[in-house]
Amino acid sequence: MPAQPLELILGRQFIDTISLPAFLVDTEGNLLFYNESAETVFGLKFGETGGMRVEEWATIFTPYNEKGELISPEGLPLVQTLQTKKPTSGSFFIKNMQGRDEHIQVTAFPIIARPDRFLGAMAIFWTLDE
Amino acid sequence: MMKVKIWGCRGSLPAPGPENNFYGGNTSCVQVSDGETCLVLDAGSGIQRLGRFLDQDVRQIHIFLTHLHIDHTMGLGFFLPLYNPNVEVHLWGPSTSDTPLLQRLRKYFSPPLFPVRLGDLPNHPIIHELSDDQIQIGSFAIHSEFVCHPGPTLGFRISHGDTVLAYIPDHEVRLGSNDFPNDPEWTSGYEIAKKADLLLHDGAYTIAEYEEKAGWGHSAVQDTIEFASMCKVKHLGIFHHEPNNTDSRLDEILAERLAGKELDFSVEMCREGAEYIFDT
Repeated sequence: MPAQPLELILGRQFIDTISLPAFLVDTEGNLLFYNESAETVFGLKFGETGGMRVEEWATIFTPYNEKGELISPEGLPLVQTLQTKKPTSGSFFIKNMQGRDEHIQVTAFPIIARPDRFLGAMAIFWTLDE
Repeated sequence: MMKVKIWGCRGSLPAPGPENNFYGGNTSCVQVSDGETCLVLDAGSGIQRLGRFLDQDVRQIHIFLTHLHIDHTMGLGFFLPLYNPNVEVHLWGPSTSDTPLLQRLRKYFSPPLFPVRLGDLPNHPIIHELSDDQIQIGSFAIHSEFVCHPGPTLGFRISHGDTVLAYIPDHEVRLGSNDFPNDPEWTSGYEIAKKADLLLHDGAYTIAEYEEKAGWGHSAVQDTIEFASMCKVKHLGIFHHEPNNTDSRLDEILAERLAGKELDFSVEMCREGAEYIFDT
């Protein structure tokens, strides 16, 4: 497998060192990495799952709004960021792998490398009910 | 045939002096040639001698700058072919988000740093910007990628037939890796160096020095050897010698690192004047 671009490597390094839950995706939305704090929210260990294709991880966490209605992928901040290459923020609920409901706030921003290479996005989030 | 000649492998600052005669005191400059095709990797102080001894038949020269730190550019103004109206010089260097390479080079080619401006040269060098790119010059295929070092910095992978030279003279591999040295996919510089016949790579520090200088953009010799091992290279030339390290100290550092180790590739401290010839 070809190595990742430097900017994604450093992005992963960065989120690996912070205690805010965060994850990193490529331009297709494939999940490249999520950190230890995100493991707690997702109920999954990165060491066990590794990276996941978008169709795989998008079905693992069921996102829904405060009325209990499912949110389409296009309604998620990260997907919007990938489509628009602009930062996006929003809050919603997910049911994690352990069946626990989490109310989360997500801020996603694109990773655009020198001079103008779109490489993916990073999302940082936190739970709102704590 | 790919011929590689080291004209300078010192880092940060030229370090002339009898105590450094064997490994040399000039900063980064490597010539890669095949007949009249001439590539020059970096324009440290070593490029001044290269200009003096360059084959007079060469009419086109391609200088590839990994980055614009002074030890990689300080020799540019003293490179005689720039003053020869019969020679066309191409300058390739890293792009940034904002400032064109030409504008950044002009900072050097202008007073008070240097009296001659780019516009005063008989032929204005032809400027090309690179990021993660692939280009072809004569029989050489050149792949560039950004690597982990402060400011925009490239590594170069130069292929000639099946032979590969990888050049990453300034690189903090440990900072640019997520599980060093176990995860090539997540290691800066891997695409440049993988399975290279010759890897020229930053090994400025001992591991104790690195611990005090983490984040400065350079690697420990120990990490460089582990990186070369991960990349499965055939030969490693350790580059970017610290100005304070004498010949005997460089020998000592390498001997300490190799003691009791069995490697399936050869390792040496890079030496000014060394030549590597590959029949491709």
